[in-house]
Amino acid sequence: MTTRAPEPTTAAANPPVQPMEVNLLPSDVVRASAMPNLPAPDRQLTKVAKLIDVSKCIGCKACQSACIEWNDTQPELGVNVGVYENPHDLTPDMFTLMRFTEYENPQTGDFEWLIRKDGCMHCEDPGCLKACPAPGAIVQYSNGIVDFIHENCIGCGYCVTGCPFDIPRVSKVDHKSYKCTLCSDRVAVGQGPACAKACPTQCISFGPKDEMLAHAEDRIADLKARGYENAGIYDPQGVGGTHVIYVLHHADQPSLYAGLPDDPQISPLVQGWKGPAKTVGLAALGLAAAGAVLHGLLSRPNRVQPEDEMQAQALVNGGAEDRA
Amino acid sequence: MTRDYSEAGDHLISTRPVLVSRYRWFTRANHWIIAATTILLMLSGLAFFHPALFGLTALFGGGQMARWLHPFLGLVLALGYLLIFIQLVARNLPRRDDVVWVKHFRDVMDQNEEKLPTLGKYNAGQKFVFWAMAGLILLLLGSGIAIWQEYFPDLVTIPDRRIAVLVHAAAAVLMGLVFILHVYAAIWTRGTLRAMTRGSVTGGWAWRHHRKWLREVAGRNRGKPAK
Amino acid sequence: MTNSWTDIKNTDLAIVMGGNAAEAHPCGFKWVTEAKAKRGAKLIVVDPRFTRTASVADYYAPIRPGSDIAFLMGVINWCIANGKVQWEYVKNYTNASFLVKEGFGWSDGLFNGYDAEKRVYDTADWDYQLGEDGFALTDPTLSDPRCVWALLKDHVAIYTPDFVENTCGTPKDRFLKICEMIGECAAPDRVMTSMYALGWTQHSKGAQNIRGMAMLQLILGNIGLRGGGVNALRGHSNIQGLTDLGLMSNLIPGYLNIPVDKEVDFETYMSTRGNAPLRPNQTSYWQNYRKFIVSFLKAMWGDAATAENDWAYHYLPKLDVPSYDILRTFEMMAKGEVNLYFCQGFNPLLSFPNRAKLTEALSKLKLLVVMDPLQTETAHFWENHGVFNDVDPAAIQTEVLELPTTCFAEDEGALVNSGRWLQWHWAGATPPGQARRDCWIMANIFLRLRDLYRVEGGKFPDPILNLTWDYADPYEPSPEELAKEMNGRALAPLYDATDPTKLVLDAGKQLKNFSQLKDDGSTMCGCWIFSGCWTEEGNMMARRDNTDPDDTGAYLNWAFAWPLNRRILYNRASADIHGKAWDPTRKLIEWDGAKWAGYDVPDIGVTSKPEDVMPFIMTNEGVGKLFARKGLKDGPFPTHMEPFESPIDNPLNAAIRGNPVARVFPDDLAQMATSAEFPLVGTSYRLTEHFHYWTKHNKVNAALQPEFFVEISEELAAEKGIAKGGQVRIWSKRGQIWAKAVVTKRIKPMICAGKTVHVVGMPIHWGFMGAAQKGFGPNSLTPFVGDANIETPEFKAFLCNIEPVEKGPLA
Repeated sequence: MTTRAPEPTTAAANPPVQPMEVNLLPSDVVRASAMPNLPAPDRQLTKVAKLIDVSKCIGCKACQSACIEWNDTQPELGVNVGVYENPHDLTPDMFTLMRFTEYENPQTGDFEWLIRKDGCMHCEDPGCLKACPAPGAIVQYSNGIVDFIHENCIGCGYCVTGCPFDIPRVSKVDHKSYKCTLCSDRVAVGQGPACAKACPTQCISFGPKDEMLAHAEDRIADLKARGYENAGIYDPQGVGGTHVIYVLHHADQPSLYAGLPDDPQISPLVQGWKGPAKTVGLAALGLAAAGAVLHGLLSRPNRVQPEDEMQAQALVNGGAEDRA
Repeated sequence: MTRDYSEAGDHLISTRPVLVSRYRWFTRANHWIIAATTILLMLSGLAFFHPALFGLTALFGGGQMARWLHPFLGLVLALGYLLIFIQLVARNLPRRDDVVWVKHFRDVMDQNEEKLPTLGKYNAGQKFVFWAMAGLILLLLGSGIAIWQEYFPDLVTIPDRRIAVLVHAAAAVLMGLVFILHVYAAIWTRGTLRAMTRGSVTGGWAWRHHRKWLREVAGRNRGKPAK
Repeated sequence: MTNSWTDIKNTDLAIVMGGNAAEAHPCGFKWVTEAKAKRGAKLIVVDPRFTRTASVADYYAPIRPGSDIAFLMGVINWCIANGKVQWEYVKNYTNASFLVKEGFGWSDGLFNGYDAEKRVYDTADWDYQLGEDGFALTDPTLSDPRCVWALLKDHVAIYTPDFVENTCGTPKDRFLKICEMIGECAAPDRVMTSMYALGWTQHSKGAQNIRGMAMLQLILGNIGLRGGGVNALRGHSNIQGLTDLGLMSNLIPGYLNIPVDKEVDFETYMSTRGNAPLRPNQTSYWQNYRKFIVSFLKAMWGDAATAENDWAYHYLPKLDVPSYDILRTFEMMAKGEVNLYFCQGFNPLLSFPNRAKLTEALSKLKLLVVMDPLQTETAHFWENHGVFNDVDPAAIQTEVLELPTTCFAEDEGALVNSGRWLQWHWAGATPPGQARRDCWIMANIFLRLRDLYRVEGGKFPDPILNLTWDYADPYEPSPEELAKEMNGRALAPLYDATDPTKLVLDAGKQLKNFSQLKDDGSTMCGCWIFSGCWTEEGNMMARRDNTDPDDTGAYLNWAFAWPLNRRILYNRASADIHGKAWDPTRKLIEWDGAKWAGYDVPDIGVTSKPEDVMPFIMTNEGVGKLFARKGLKDGPFPTHMEPFESPIDNPLNAAIRGNPVARVFPDDLAQMATSAEFPLVGTSYRLTEHFHYWTKHNKVNAALQPEFFVEISEELAAEKGIAKGGQVRIWSKRGQIWAKAVVTKRIKPMICAGKTVHVVGMPIHWGFMGAAQKGFGPNSLTPFVGDANIETPEFKAFLCNIEPVEKGPLA
C-alpha cells in the first residue's frame, strides 16, 4: 500500500523506502502557458518557498553539484576566466549558480564577499509563463512552483524574453528551455529540493512559504543584531512575490548581489506584447479580412469594360493615342 | 525610346486582341514564392502569436518544427522581396499623378474611372503595398534576427529583445493587413490576377488602369510585326 | 579535536585561524552556522586571504603567512595585560604555578642551550624544579619569578600590538578588536573554540602555532568545556584514523612509539616510559603504557609473544634516525638509497614539496607500486604530458605497477572523523573492474612473502612467520575481524582486581574497553585507544541513535568516540575545583559528592575527588601545560620564527633563518631563496569544489572548478600588468608553473617591517591526470623542509615571483 506524500518541507531525513503516491498532480496546475481557460483545481496546495539565506552561504557550490546530480545534467568542462563562477553563467545544464561579488562597504569600510545562489525565482506572476506561446510548456502549480514541461516546449526563447531575472536557457542540443524546477519531482513526494538537501550550512531551506518568511524574520533579527541595519527579505512584489526568497544583509540594495534586480517586474513591453497587442492584432486582421469579404460580396467588382478593350485596340492599332 | 512608365521587358504579346506582358516568368515565380512564404509565415507566426491559433503548428509538423522553419521562411521572403524590390523600385517611386489618385480615392472605389488620372505601371495603392511590404519586411527581418533563439541567442540584450518581439508582432500584424489589402485589391480589380498567373493582361485592363504604361509599351511596339 | 564537530554549536566565539573551515570543511562548518544562528555566536577569521569562511565571519583580519606565533603571543600578552584571564582555571588546571629550573631562558629569539652546528637545543634545563619527594615545586601565589606564569608574562611582553602589526601585517585596530572579542571569553560563562587545519601545521614551526592557541585557551579557561577546545580539522575523512593507527615510521597504534636503536631491550624501552606523576595524586594515565604495548605485542604475535621473550619486543624494528618521514624518505630516494616504494593511498608527486626533486627521486627507484582507486600523477610520473609533466620516459627505468583498489564507498569499515568518532559505514557500490580492497592486496602479498620466508628462510624470519594471522579467509581479512582485533579480547579469564574470585571476562571475549588491559599477556589489543569499539555488545561504531538529552551535542549513542566513547577530552575541566560546572548552562559533568556524572563520559576516574585529582590526566602534572617542559624540540614556549623563505628578517634576531632546529638537508638549503631574488610570498590552500587530487577525476567537480589559478591582489596585478583571467608564470628557486590569474580584492598587500608584502595564493587541486583541465600545483615551488617536531612540509609560506605571459600553456 502506498501513502500519499506529506506536505513538502526541507528534507532533514531520508525519504521512506516504500513508494509514495505523487502529491503534485496535473490537476494542481493553476496556470499554464497559452492555455487561458484552465479548469480551476479542486484543491489548493500549501504555498511553498525556498529560502536562501545569503548571510549563511559559504559559496561551496554543493547546491550546484546536487543540482547536476539530481537532474543528471552534464555541464561541460570550462576554463578559468579569472572568477570563481563556474560554469560562468546559467546554462541549459546548470540550473543554479553561485555568483560572487566583491564589495567594499562604504559605510563600514569593511570588505564583503557577497555570494548569491542564482536560479529561477518561481514568481507568483511568472514572466516566462506569460510570454510562452506553447500551450502547457510552462505551468504553475497551486503550491507556487513554476515548471517547464519539456515535451510541450518549442524552443522559441520567448521565456527568456519574458523572465525579469534572466533565468531560462534554451538548449542547443534539444532546443528546449531549461531552468530550476524547484525539484518539483522531489517536492511531489514530500522531499525538499536537492540543493536544500545538500546545503551544508542550511543556508537553503524549504517549506511552506509562511514558515519560511517567519524563519527569515528570525534571521533578519540576528543580522540586525550584528549590525546589518538593512537586512531584509527579498520577495519582490513586482512579480507578485516569489517562491524562492532571499535573506539579504543589504536588502536595500539587492543589485549589489551580482545584479539581483532591485524592483523586478514583467516588462511593460512583454505585458503589451502578450496583452493588448495580441487582442488588437488579431482583431485588426479579422476585421480587415471580414471587411474584404463583405466588400467583395456587397460591392460591384471593378471589371474591364468592352469599351476599354476597344480603346486599347485602337491605341495599339494607331491613332487612338492622339485622342486620349 | 522613353521608358518612364514601363519596364524594359514589358511588351505587347499580341495586338488582336491586345495582350500586354506585365510580368516575366521569373518575377511571377518569385512573387508566388513570396506569397507562399508570407502565408506560411503568417500561419506559423499566428500560431506563436495567439494561443487560440497554436494548433496551426500542426501544419508544420508541430511546434518545434514550426519554430525552426519560421525564421528560414522569413529569410526566403526577405531575399525574394529584395529581388522584387530591386526590379520594381524604379516604377514604384512616387509621382505627381499618385497624389491626384489618392485624392480621388473615393472615385477609385466608385469606379469613376474618368475622374482618375491616367497612370503608369502602378497606382498609388500598389505603390503603397510595395513600400509597406518593403518597410515591414525590413522590420520583421531585423527584429526576427534579434529574437532568433537558435542562432543569435546573445545578439541583443534581453531588454532589446522585448522591444524586438513587440516590433515583430506589430509589424507582422500590419503586414497581414497589407497582405489582405493586396489580395483583395487583386481580386476586386478583375483581370488583375492573370498578370501574376499568365504574366499578361488584356489591353482593356491596361487601358483602364494603367493607360500611360500601355501607351508607352504600345509606342515601343510600333513598327514591330504583330503576333 | 579535543571536542567534536557537533559540540561547536555550543560556542560563543569561533576563531578560525590557520584553517578555512567553510572552504575545506563545509559540512563540519555547519556547526559554526548553528552556533551563530542559535546562540548568537561570533566568528573571527584571521587569514592571509579573505576566504569563504571570512565571507560569513563577523570580523576578519589579514595576517602574513607564517607569522601566527607573533599574533597568538600578542593576544596572550594583551589578555595578561588586560586581566582577561580565567584565574581559577589558570591557577588550578595549568602549570602556571610550577617553578622552572634556573637554567631555562630566552634571548634574541633563541632559548638557552642552542647548538647551531647540530641545529638542536639542549633541553635539560627546560624542566621544573623538583622537590626531594620527586614532585615539582609550585608557587600557588604565582609570585615567584621562576614560576611558569612569571616566565610566560616575560616571554610574551615583546609581542605588543605594534610588534604584531609590524610583523604580521595585521592592522593594529583589527588586532585589538580581535583581542577584545577573545578576551571576553575569559569569563567562566563565555567560551571560545579554535578551529585550525593545515594553515597552522604546514609550517616549519607548525606545532608551535598550535601550542600558541592551546596556551591561549588554557588562559581563557576554555579547554574541556562545551563549545571550547583546540580543534584540529582533519583533511581526509580518515586521516585521524591514520594517526590513531600509527601509520608513521616512528609510531605504532595508539600513539605508542617504535623503539629506537639504543632501546636494545624491552626494559630499556620501558625505562623512559614510566610517566610517574609530577604532582601528588595525579592520574598520569600513560603510567599504563606497559599494558598498552604488551597487549599490542600479543595482538601482533599471539603465543609467540611471551614474558620470557619480552613479549617479542625484539620483533619490532628499531629506528636508527628519529623518523623515516616523507621528506627523509624522498631525500634517500633522490640519493638512490631506496629500491622499492609501495605507495598506498597517496599521491606524493602532488602532495610533497619540490616536485622536481620528487620526480628525480621516483626516477631512481627500481620498482614503484601504487595502490589507488585512481590513476594518480605519482603512478604516471614517467609519462610525458608536455609542460605539465616534462619528463623523458626513455630516461626513466623505474618499473611501475598500478594496483587498482576500491574507494571508500565500495568498502565496509570505520572512518575516524576529526572529533575522534569511529563511524562504521557499509559498502554502497560494487568495485569496478579489477579493483580490490587494500586488505586483499596486502594479505596476498603477505602470504606469498611468508611462504618465501618459510621456504627460503632469511636473516630474521620470526616476525613474519609468527605474525598472528587467524582470519577466516587468510587471503581477505574482513573489516569486522580487524575491528575486533583493534578492540582487543581476553586471552585468559580476567578476574576483578579487588575480588579475585569474581570473573570479569572469560577468555576469548571482547574487551569492554582499555581499562581491562593487562601487562601480563592475558589480553591482546591492536590499538588501545580504539578499545571499546567492538565489545561483546557488538559493533559500537555502527550505532546510529541520534538522541541527545538536553541538546548538549554529545550524541553518546551515535557511533563510538575514542577514548571510551568520550566526546570532549579533559571534560573534568568543565567544572571548577569543587566539581561544579563553571557555567551551569553549559554543564558537562559534575561531582555529586561521590562520583562524576553528566552528559559525557568523565575524563577522570569517576570517583576521583575533585580537589585532589586534576583534569589533565594524560600529563604527568595533571594540569595543562603553559610551559611545555621537554615536549617540543623548538621551545617550551612558542617564539616567533620566520618561514625559511621570508620577505623579512626575523625581527627578534636577523641571523635566525626559519626554525633554528628544523632539519634541512644540505641540497635543499642551497635551493632556498631570499626576498631579494623572490619578492613575493606564496601560500597554498584548498578549494571547496575539490578534494585534494581526487575530485578532479570527477566530471561534476571538474566542471565546478575546472582549471588551475592563482589569486593575487589588484595592486600586484597592476604592478605586474596582469589581467584578470590572463595567464601567468610563477616561479620559485625550485621550479615554475603556469596558471590563470584571479585578480581579487580579497587579497591585499600588507606592510611588514616597512616593506610591502604581496601574497600569491595557490590552490592545490590540479595535475596532469583526470577530468579537469591540466594544470599544476604549488608543490612544484615549495621548499623541501618540514616542521621541527613532526616534519610536516612548509607549504604555507615560501617565496616566489610572478609575471604575465602572452600565450601560456593552459586551456
